[in-house]
Amino acid sequence: MTEALLELRGLRVSFRTEQGLVQAVDGLDLTLQSGEVLGVVGESGSGKSVSMLALLGLIDDPNVEIEGEALFRGRDLLKMGERELRGLRGRRVSMIFQDPMTSLNPVYSVGWQIAEQIRTHEKVPKRAAQRRAVELLESVGIPDADRRVGDYPHQFSGGMRQRVMIAMALSCSPELLIADEPTTALDVTIQAQILELLDSLRVDVGAAVILITHDIGVVAGLADRVMVMYAGRAVERATTLDLFDRPQHPYTWGLMGSVPRLDGDKPKRLAAIPGQPPSLISLPPGCSFAPRCPHRFEACDLTRPALEARASESHLDACLLPADARAAAHATQLAAARGEG
Amino acid sequence: MTSLLEVIDVSKHFHTGRGLFGGGDVVHAVDGVSFEVQEGETLGLVGESGCGKSTLGRCIVRLHEPTGGSIRFDGEDITQVKGKQLRALRRDVQIVFQDPYASLNPRRRLGHIVGMPMQVHGMGSSSEIRERVASLLRLVGLSPEHINRYPHEFSGGQRQRIGVARALAVNPRLVVCDEPVSALDVSIQAQVINLLDDLQDDLGLTYVFIAHDLAVVRHVSDRIAVMYLGKLVEVAPAEELYRAPVHPYTEALLSAVPVPDPRAPRDRIVLTGDVPSPVSPPGGCRFHPRCLYATEICCREEPPLIAHAHGRVAACHHPLNVAPAPVSA
Ligand SMILES: Nc1ncnc2c1ncn2[C@@H]1O[C@H](COP(=O)(O)OP(=O)(O)OP(=O)(O)O)[C@@H](O)[C@H]1O
Ligand SMILES: Nc1ncnc2c1ncn2[C@@H]1O[C@H](COP(=O)(O)OP(=O)(O)OP(=O)(O)O)[C@@H](O)[C@H]1O
Ligand code: SF4
Ligand code: SF4
Ligand SMILES: [Mg+2]
Ligand SMILES: [Mg+2]
Repeated sequence: MTEALLELRGLRVSFRTEQGLVQAVDGLDLTLQSGEVLGVVGESGSGKSVSMLALLGLIDDPNVEIEGEALFRGRDLLKMGERELRGLRGRRVSMIFQDPMTSLNPVYSVGWQIAEQIRTHEKVPKRAAQRRAVELLESVGIPDADRRVGDYPHQFSGGMRQRVMIAMALSCSPELLIADEPTTALDVTIQAQILELLDSLRVDVGAAVILITHDIGVVAGLADRVMVMYAGRAVERATTLDLFDRPQHPYTWGLMGSVPRLDGDKPKRLAAIPGQPPSLISLPPGCSFAPRCPHRFEACDLTRPALEARASESHLDACLLPADARAAAHATQLAAARGEG
Repeated sequence: MTSLLEVIDVSKHFHTGRGLFGGGDVVHAVDGVSFEVQEGETLGLVGESGCGKSTLGRCIVRLHEPTGGSIRFDGEDITQVKGKQLRALRRDVQIVFQDPYASLNPRRRLGHIVGMPMQVHGMGSSSEIRERVASLLRLVGLSPEHINRYPHEFSGGQRQRIGVARALAVNPRLVVCDEPVSALDVSIQAQVINLLDDLQDDLGLTYVFIAHDLAVVRHVSDRIAVMYLGKLVEVAPAEELYRAPVHPYTEALLSAVPVPDPRAPRDRIVLTGDVPSPVSPPGGCRFHPRCLYATEICCREEPPLIAHAHGRVAACHHPLNVAPAPVSA
């Protein structure tokens, strides 16, 4: 067995706020090999971004507390000093941030920022770095890259800014790329082009990619495995095919059932999971999905379900429903959804 | 029927700075776009990244002054309004910004951000405003427990919903929604869209809905407008656009939609050719360098917008899915 590229063990992230302790990430375990694409989907606010920012040491909130281990090629990122981490970030590990404007500097031109990023890790002359910046912009489909490289971020469209960040993240051929909603601002044709770019990073360089996205179609097209998050925890993890063919967790069922589709008739109302996610300040003691789960039974309020292999060796879920009741419960839910539609 | 919004031949050009080789450029972000939106209607607006959707949206809410053309709201020309009239307009016409974080003041708490527009427009006592803020937050799936938090303490999707709540706070008549649900998981996305639907049913709200998720656009829109490189290339009733696109760019766009099924075959129409430039747009039809159906006339003459059957309008010399008049036997 080769050493994993990334291994998370019991990652917990919490924030002290005036209202109480916000448990944003509540014990995350994960193993990722080189060349693998892991899709991460889940509820808005379930800790997808925070968990990734935490392991890269990028949460600059004095009220944060981070526990657990995050081993990158065997070395714990959470124990590294800022200097060492900075050496790693943008070279061996890079991240595409969810909010482009938070990571682009408004007072420098786009080209300058990309060139600087290149020059922090590679000894190349300014002019060569500038040229590389133009090429990178071209590779992410920015028209007239040589003319627009001097523009400032506010002069770019939302999707163009997103692509600038992608260009920066790819500038160093990282071993691990964390892409947080990298295509939310892109139309489907450019999205396809960017996804191919990410895929070629995996194929050509053997990089691993963690792809956070709410777009189930993107996951279906690119990810080898998928992790589903809810309220700070992973509730299901499986190969992409297994997750689509045999989803196990009731939250996953609800999520899949809410995907608006282009094929078929248009429903009057879009299906949504009824209810609200729990407050992260006072998580329920048992299953955190219990307040919204149509299949809840007594045990759900008492025991916190662990993420375990139940359906098969490689298919983990965190639900207490006995194996023989799963299929029936899923069938009932599908039937109910059809009845409403 | 009256149009609430009329966009008449609107253009917006930007002067941008020096590239590597110096010299100023003019970006033709929006170039001669016209359409109308009826009261209570949703017009979807789609198109390639950088084709001018946000710029057009900003012109409509008067955050940009158009370089040419005019915009009428409720029969009044608003292209030039200033001062008091502009403030009044700001209450009727709202925008949900594409970049949620950049549009939220980092030093203000959530309660202030959502309550402020109501205060500015004198919409009740501070306790009434507080109550309305709490109910708006619940409607977009945020807990009023968050009311004292700052923007950086929210997730991407939560920030986006703050933007939606803020836009709805002043009871606007027209809302330009620029990618309002792009950062939301599908369940919360459904919740926000159902909310927008309900408000439309109850209050007759009108939306211009910019999004790249074509399944979402199909669901919310009555009609859909497709832009390419600053131009409107097709407008059609939502179902018609998906059933029988007229413009080759629309066809290519629809073929690239990712399917939520890992086994689905992918027969995308891959757009080849250089990505077109809004600085020096191609002559003739702007899509011709990448169009599968282009012929000689396409490079020479710009196709005008022409009406076709089933309420479709498109700008193409060789329209698709428009059966020629049946030849009698
Ligand atoms: N600095 C902070 N202080 C307090 N709470 C925070 C802070 N940052 C994030 N949170 C909370 O932590 C939770 C997880 O946030 P995170 O950004 O990881 O969500 P996410 O899964 O990425 O969601 P989205 O899909 O909406 O981006 C959220 O509920 C958020 O409100
Ligand atoms: N303030 C500005 N100065 C210069 N150019 C600008 C400015 N704002 C927008 N542009 C340019 O105008 C064009 C259209 O941008 P716009 O933001 O309208 O695109 P969009 O269709 O919203 O794209 P996206 O889907 O990526 O958000 C782009 O080439 C952009 O770089
Ligand atoms: S553990 Fe219980 S409440 Fe939680 S998802 Fe399973 S059935 Fe539902
Ligand atoms: S006018 Fe010609 S180039 Fe333009 S879309 Fe139609 S066929 Fe293609
Ligand atoms: Mg996030
Ligand atoms: Mg935009």
